[in-house]
Amino acid sequence: MISAILILSALAVAFGLLLGYASVRYKVESDPMVDKIDALLPQTQCGQCSFPGCRPYAEAIANGEADINQCPPGGETTIIALADLLGRDPKPLNPENGVEEDVRTVAVIDEQVCIGCTLCIQACPVDAILGAAKQMHTVIASECTGCDLCVPPCPVDCIDMVPVETGIEDWKWSFPDSTVNAGLSTLAPHARTVADGEREDDETPQRKAG
Amino acid sequence: MRRLFQFRGGVHLREHKKDATLHPVVPAGLPKRLVLPLQQHIGKPAKPVVAVGDKVLKGQVVAEASDTVSSPVHASSSGVVTAIAAQPIPHASGLSAPCIVIETDGQETWRPRDEQVYDYHQLSRAQLREKIRQAGIVGMGGAGFPSHIKLDPDGKSVDTLILNGAECEPYITCDEMLLRERALEVIVGLRIMRYALNAQRCIIGVENNKHKAFLALLQQVRNTGADFIEVIQVPTVYPTGGEKQLIHVLTGKEVPSGGLPLDVGIVCHNVGTAYAVYRAIEFDEPLISRYVTIAGSVAHARNLEVLIGTPVIDLITECGGNPGTLSRVIMGGPMMGIALHSTDVPVIKTTNCILVNARVGDVPLPSRGDFALPCIRCGACAESCPVGLLPQQLYWYSRAKDFDKVQDYHLFDCIECGCCDYVCPSQIPLVHYFRYAKTEIWALEREKKQANIARRRHEFREFRLEREKREKQERHKRKRQALKKDSGTGGEADAKKAAIEAAMERVRAKREAAKPRNVDNLTEQQQRLVDEADARRARAAGRSNDKENRA
Amino acid sequence: MSLATPSSPHIHSGASITALMLRVLLALVPAIVAYTWFFGWGLIINIGIAVTVALGSEALMLRLRRRPLAPFLTDGSAVLTAVLLAFCIPPLAPWWITVMGAAFAIIVAKQLYGGLGYNPFNPAMVGYVMLLISFPLEMTSWVPSHILHQLQIGFVDTVQIIFQRDFPYALSMDALSAATPLDSVKTELGLNHTVPEIIAGNAIFGDFGGVGWEWVGNWVLLGGMWLIFKRDITWHIPFSVLGSLFAISFFFFMLDPDAYPSPMFHLFSGATLLAAFFIATDPVSASTTPRGRLIYGAGIGLLIYVIRTWGSYPDAVAFAVLLMNMAAPTIDYYTRPPVFGHAETEPEPASENGGGDT
Repeated sequence: MISAILILSALAVAFGLLLGYASVRYKVESDPMVDKIDALLPQTQCGQCSFPGCRPYAEAIANGEADINQCPPGGETTIIALADLLGRDPKPLNPENGVEEDVRTVAVIDEQVCIGCTLCIQACPVDAILGAAKQMHTVIASECTGCDLCVPPCPVDCIDMVPVETGIEDWKWSFPDSTVNAGLSTLAPHARTVADGEREDDETPQRKAG
Repeated sequence: MRRLFQFRGGVHLREHKKDATLHPVVPAGLPKRLVLPLQQHIGKPAKPVVAVGDKVLKGQVVAEASDTVSSPVHASSSGVVTAIAAQPIPHASGLSAPCIVIETDGQETWRPRDEQVYDYHQLSRAQLREKIRQAGIVGMGGAGFPSHIKLDPDGKSVDTLILNGAECEPYITCDEMLLRERALEVIVGLRIMRYALNAQRCIIGVENNKHKAFLALLQQVRNTGADFIEVIQVPTVYPTGGEKQLIHVLTGKEVPSGGLPLDVGIVCHNVGTAYAVYRAIEFDEPLISRYVTIAGSVAHARNLEVLIGTPVIDLITECGGNPGTLSRVIMGGPMMGIALHSTDVPVIKTTNCILVNARVGDVPLPSRGDFALPCIRCGACAESCPVGLLPQQLYWYSRAKDFDKVQDYHLFDCIECGCCDYVCPSQIPLVHYFRYAKTEIWALEREKKQANIARRRHEFREFRLEREKREKQERHKRKRQALKKDSGTGGEADAKKAAIEAAMERVRAKREAAKPRNVDNLTEQQQRLVDEADARRARAAGRSNDKENRA
Repeated sequence: MSLATPSSPHIHSGASITALMLRVLLALVPAIVAYTWFFGWGLIINIGIAVTVALGSEALMLRLRRRPLAPFLTDGSAVLTAVLLAFCIPPLAPWWITVMGAAFAIIVAKQLYGGLGYNPFNPAMVGYVMLLISFPLEMTSWVPSHILHQLQIGFVDTVQIIFQRDFPYALSMDALSAATPLDSVKTELGLNHTVPEIIAGNAIFGDFGGVGWEWVGNWVLLGGMWLIFKRDITWHIPFSVLGSLFAISFFFFMLDPDAYPSPMFHLFSGATLLAAFFIATDPVSASTTPRGRLIYGAGIGLLIYVIRTWGSYPDAVAFAVLLMNMAAPTIDYYTRPPVFGHAETEPEPASENGGGDT
C-alpha cells in the first residue's frame, strides 16, 4: 500500500517536472488576448459599441464586460472572426449599437460654410481633418474612417457623410443567389438566419434571369 | 520527337470552330468613333497626353505609360479627340473607366513611321524592349501584361521561349487564322523575342485540331531555316491554352504556385503578341489592331482585323447579328469570357472573341437559371480540375464565407477555367463562388490595411494629446515653483521683488504724469462727450472679454 | 435590350443528377431481372412499394421543410435508395417491413440531415439496419431459389404472401424459409463442420456463392462495369472493396481452407457485389478524394470480412458501409491530392476541423 502511494507520488512529481520544463522550454510568445481582439476590429473609433474607441472595446471583450456583437462598422465578418477567436457562437449584430452599413462613407466639409472653429478637428479620432483656428478645415479623405464623430460638434452643420464610389479596383463579385436552398427566398423569407450562413444578397443583381 | 506530358483533369469541349475559319480575314469597317480605355493592361492606367479637340493621327501616342508596369495607348485611326471621360468598358462589373474617345475622320492618316529596314540585332536588348514598350504591346492572349517586362530575363537564363497558339476555347479562332495567314511574320516576331530574352530554344504549341496552321508554321520554319524552333501539336483538351498548363504539356515542368514561368527558365507569349512585336520592330507600328473572332448566332461568323477601340455593336452588326434580339454577349470564349453589360463597350488589346447568343438554343447555356441542386459530393469537379484543387471543398467554404479555410485549400491557385462548373451535375455556379471569395478576401485585406493605418493614427493622436497635457502640466508646475520660490527664500527672490516694485512705481509715476490736466473744470457738454467715450470703451472692453471667454 | 450578365462559364456539359441516377437504375435492371428469375416476383413488388413510399415521404418532408418539390422529387435519388433497399429485404417479407424501411431511410437518414447531399450515412443501409435490428425474424426469412421454383409461386401468390400473409398450400413461412448460404456457413462452422462439408450437402450453394445469388452478382458486376465505363462512378471504390475483401479472405483461406470459405464465395455471396458497385459508391456518403476512396473501399472490404467471420451477423455489408461512412470526412481530410505548383510541400492539413461539413 505504501509502495503504491510512493510510486504514484513519484510519477506525479516526475510528470509535473516534465510539464513544467516543457512549459518553460517550449513557451510560445503570443499576443495578449486584447491585442488579438483589437487586430480584428475595424479601427473606426466611432464609439457605436458604447466604448470610447476600438481598444477600450477590445479590453472590455477580453474582460468579459462586453459582448462580441456590438460593432456595426465591423459587421457580420467581425462578429464571426471574434467568435472564432474566442471559441464562442456568432450572434447577430445588436441593433441597439447600430446597423451595418453597406456603403463606406467619408466626411466632406462644405468650405463655403466652414467657420474654422476647430471643433471637428478636436473630435476626429484619427486626426483626419486638416486645419487650424480661423483657417479653412478639410477632411483628408483617404484617412477618414467614416465614424461620424465630426458631424455633431460642427456649429454650422457643414459636414456631410458622402458614400464612397466603388471603382473597378474595389468592385466585388456578389454572393451567388442562394441556390441550394432555392425557393427559400420565395417561400419562406423569415426562415433564413445568420446561423444558416445565408444572407440577403444586397449587391446589384449579378445574374439576371436567363 | 518531343515527349509530351499530360496535366490532370481538363474537359473535352465541342469546338464550333469551323464557321469562322471558312473565309480569309479582312479588316473590319472603320467605326465612327473609337473608345480607347486608359487601362487595357495589368498595371497602372496610362496618362493622357492629348486634350479634347486635338487632332490625332493613326498610331499617335494619346496616353503615356504612367509607371514601370504600365503601357501607352495609341490612336487606332486618325481623327479628333472628342472626350476624355468615363465610358463603359468591358468588365464584369459593367462599370465605366476613363477613356479617350476619338471621332474618326475616315482618312486613316498615319503618323510618320520609320520606314527604314534594319537588323534588329543592331539594337541592344534594352533598346529593343523600350521600342516594344513604346509600341504599347501587352499580352494579347487575354492577360494583358506589358510585354516589355515579360521580355526581360531579369538576370535569369531563359532556356525555352514558348509561343502559345493552343487556343483551346470553343469558337475562338483568331490565333488560328493569324497562324494560317501570317505564319512568317509570327516567326520573325518570335525570333525578335528570342533575341530580347537571349533564349535558347523556341517551341510553338498549337492544338492538334489546327492542321492548316500547323502546316503553315512548319513550312515557314523550314523556309527561314530556324532549326531552334519546334512546332508541336498538343492534344485538344481544354484548358491546354492556359500558360501553366501549356508549359507543363510541352516541357513537363510545373511553374511553382505564386511564381513565374521565368523561375523555371521558360517564358511564354501569345502568337498575337509575337505578331505585334514584329510590326512594331520592323514597321514602327504600335499595337492598334488585332484579329477578333465574331461568332455565335450571327449570320456571318468570321474573323476580322479590328481596330482597337471599335465598339462591339459595330462588329456585331457587320457580321449580321441582330442588335434587337441579343440576350447575352460574351467577350472572350464561352468558358472564361465576360458577359458584357452593354454592347457599346470597345474592343481592347486583349479581346479575342465576341460571342453572341441571340437565342438560348444556339449555344448551350446552363439550364439552371437561378436554381442549382445541392452538391452531391460526386467528385466530378475534382477530376476535371487542371490544377488539382478540390472545387467541392472550395465551394463549401466559400458558401460558408470561411475565408481562412478556403485559402487553406489553395483558392488563389484557381485559374477560373470553368471545368468544374462545366461538369457539375448539380449545376452549381462554382466559378462564381470562387470569384466571390477571392474578391471578398482582397477587400478584407484592403480593409485590414486601412484599419491598421487608422489604428496607428488614433494611437498617435492619443499620444499627442497626452503629450500636450503633460507639457501643460509641466509648464504650470514650473510656474508654481517659481512663484513659491519668490515668497519663501530671500536673496534672489528679494531682488526680484524689489525689481518688480520699482517697475510698478515707474508705471504709477508715468500714469500720474500722463493724467489729463484738463478734466477738472469741464463744461456740461464736454463732460457728456467724455462720458459717452467712456461708455463706448466699456462696451468694447466687455465684448472682447466675452469673446475671450467663449473661444 | 437587357443583357444577362452571369459569371463564366457560359456553357455546361448537360450533366444532371437525374441523368446520373437514371443511368445507375438502368445498370441495375439486369440484376433485377436475374433476381426475379431466381427468387420470384417479390423484388418487383417490394421495389414498387419502396419507391412509392420513398417518394411520398420525400414529398412530405420537403413540404414540411418548405423546400420546392419538383427539382428534388425528380432527381431520382429517392428512387435509387428505394430500389437498393428493396434488394436487401427478403422478397417475401411483409409489406409493412418495406414501408417502414423506405420511410425511415428517406425521412430520418436523408431529409432530417438536410436532404440531398447532406446525409452522412447511406440512407438505404440505415433503413436496412433499422429493420434488421428491429425485426430480425422477418429480415432473415430468405427463401431459397429451388424451393420457390418447386412450389411454383406466381405473381398473384407473391402479392398475397406479401400483403396478406396468405401462404399457398397452407404452408407457413417457417416451412418456406431456410438459411442463406452465408447464414449456413456461419452457423455450421460454429457447429464444427468444415466448409467443404457445409457446401457439399446443401442445395443452396452454387458454383461460387449461393444459387441465384451468384447470377445476380454477375449482372451486378456487369452493370457496375458499365457505370465505370460511362464515368458515373470511378473504379477506386469497387476495386478496393473487392480487392481488400479478396485479399483478406484469401489469406485466411490459405491458412485453413476448412475453417474459412474461399474468396470467391465471399465475393459472390450476399450483397458484396451490390455494395461494391452501387452502395458504397453513393457519392454523398462516401469519400471523395481518389486516395481517400481507395482507403474507404479497403476499409469496407476488411470490415465485411471481419464482421462476417467473427461478428454476430451473417452479412455485414450494411454495417461495414455505415462504419466507413463515419470515417469518410476524416479520410478526405488526410488524403488531399497534390496541387499543381506545390510540388515541394506535402499538402498539409492546417487545422483541426475536417472538411466537407456544412
